Amino acid sequence: MKGTEKRRLIINKIILALSTISALLGLIFLFWILITLFLKGLNALDFSLFTKDLVDGGLRNLIFGQFMMALIATIIGVPLGMLAGIYLREYGSGKYANIIRDLSDIMMSAPSIVIGAFVFAVFVAPFGGINGWAGSIALAIMLIPIVVSTTDNMLSLVPIELREAGIALGGSKHKVILQIILKAAKVGLMTGILLAFARVIGETAPLLFTSGTNSFWSTDLGNAFPSLTVSIYDLANFPTDKARDLAWAASFLLTVIVLVINLIGRFIIRDKG
Amino acid sequence: MNKELVFKRVAFLSATLILIVLVSIFIMLFFDAKSAINKYGVYFLVDSRWNKTIEIKSTESKTNPSKLIAKTSKTNDDVSMNNDNLFADDSSVLGDSESLDNSAGDKAVDESVDTNTNVKTDTIFGGYIPIVGTILSTLIAMTFSIPIAMGIAVFLSEIAPDFLIKPVGIAIELLAAIPSIIYGMWGLFYFAPIVQNTFGGSQMSLLIAGLVLGIMILPFMAAITRDAMNTTPDVIKESAYALGATKFEVVKDVIFPYAKVGIIGSVVLSLGRALGETMAVAFLIGSVFKVPGSLTNPTISIPVVLANNFGEASGDMMSSLFYLAFILFVFSFITIGAAKFYFLRGRR
Repeated sequence: MKGTEKRRLIINKIILALSTISALLGLIFLFWILITLFLKGLNALDFSLFTKDLVDGGLRNLIFGQFMMALIATIIGVPLGMLAGIYLREYGSGKYANIIRDLSDIMMSAPSIVIGAFVFAVFVAPFGGINGWAGSIALAIMLIPIVVSTTDNMLSLVPIELREAGIALGGSKHKVILQIILKAAKVGLMTGILLAFARVIGETAPLLFTSGTNSFWSTDLGNAFPSLTVSIYDLANFPTDKARDLAWAASFLLTVIVLVINLIGRFIIRDKG
Repeated sequence: MNKELVFKRVAFLSATLILIVLVSIFIMLFFDAKSAINKYGVYFLVDSRWNKTIEIKSTESKTNPSKLIAKTSKTNDDVSMNNDNLFADDSSVLGDSESLDNSAGDKAVDESVDTNTNVKTDTIFGGYIPIVGTILSTLIAMTFSIPIAMGIAVFLSEIAPDFLIKPVGIAIELLAAIPSIIYGMWGLFYFAPIVQNTFGGSQMSLLIAGLVLGIMILPFMAAITRDAMNTTPDVIKESAYALGATKFEVVKDVIFPYAKVGIIGSVVLSLGRALGETMAVAFLIGSVFKVPGSLTNPTISIPVVLANNFGEASGDMMSSLFYLAFILFVFSFITIGAAKFYFLRGRR
């Protein structure tokens, strides 16, 4: 009796220790990656990177290009995603809405490179070459399902009484949605959009053969468009130290952008949500 | 009233857009892959030749699946003309073998046939290696990450003291937010040398790619597994504790059975993500079209083939790339779909 008791306790201790160790391991990887990035990135970081284009050894055009494409993706994707989310939560009932919801969830995890291939087939091949619009559209396709799911979830948190009160005041359904429900869910929606933006700005695979990248300053979305992530891939595979340093600096900036946006999102939620 | 209808319609159309996009991905990929599908058929899946130029000789045509040649004829008229020749050659060869004691004249004909057919070459594409590479790298990633992710999830839901749950949880989720290309960079310059020194093998290998892929999906898997575990009602857990169960026993006998479906769903969903991951793998797998003899050999996976070749491809190669993309899409659609429909259904 005492022996089994002891064994149970020992097994318990071992398993708990193992599980704590795995949590530690996860944290070690996070800090390992972050510390590497900080050391390598800060070392290579220089103010001139923000004033010169890639062709002169800077990153200005790349940062601008990446932001631009993520921004256009957001402008295209957020209204469509929010409307779809509104439909699913407020109008959709029954089978159709459920199917769309499931498909949207599947699309959220679909391989990004396949979305790149699709956009290539539709927006690159017929137009004779890689272009910034195609890159933005690829990112928008990645972004829409995230916004749909956020909108769907956030609207489900708005109490039904608000809807009833709005209708009782004589508002039509779309007015109630636009003026009451969306306002009530504002904080959650903003956070969701921020996180979606953070997700797509770090994407590489859908941009590889849609926008490509460009060493020069460009605002012309009809041609190869500068992309920070695609250039990181190119630079990291370049054999010179200078190119690698630049890749590290770019990776550092990208990670800082993504993590800061994520932290802001979490902070907003904790503060007000 | 009218505005109401318009708004509803627009919202409906936006929702339908998701269906349209998904269906058009299927259609476009299939459409662009069609010539490769026609040419190579299902044999593509088990053919390990990629971008290999072969000569279509009359003698070889017998060993080759004849379907392959017949299908080629559909792609362009020129080949179909040659194809007629080819069958003619074939019969002449057959005739040759029947009358073995042939004359010099017959031999001359034979030679001319050979020189004629030598001109015809074809480039063969097969998807076996990238498919195997994708499956193996995903398997390595899952083997590595499942135990650790379970550990993290158990730690976060049962073991961690209250003041640690939040920061550790956030740290794990931040790890999930880091762009995959960063994992690739870090893996290439910092993780790969360590693996290489420990296990030997080449600088880039299936093992390294699989491990980094595992590290990459680890936080995602841990986060959703934790969510699944957290659905276990406290009352049940407390009852078990009251009966004298240890923490491990509660996890093993209460939480796991209760959250089983959700946990399996999390694992399958992570598997779906790992299948399609490009950038982390692209840096590390070596991009060599070779069946890996051991884990420490370089090979290639479907997303990496696409990433490396899409830009310059044309003709059969392009179509084969779309074929691969189609296969990958179907694979991951089924995997993710299974996770969502079967396992994670009630979790909304």
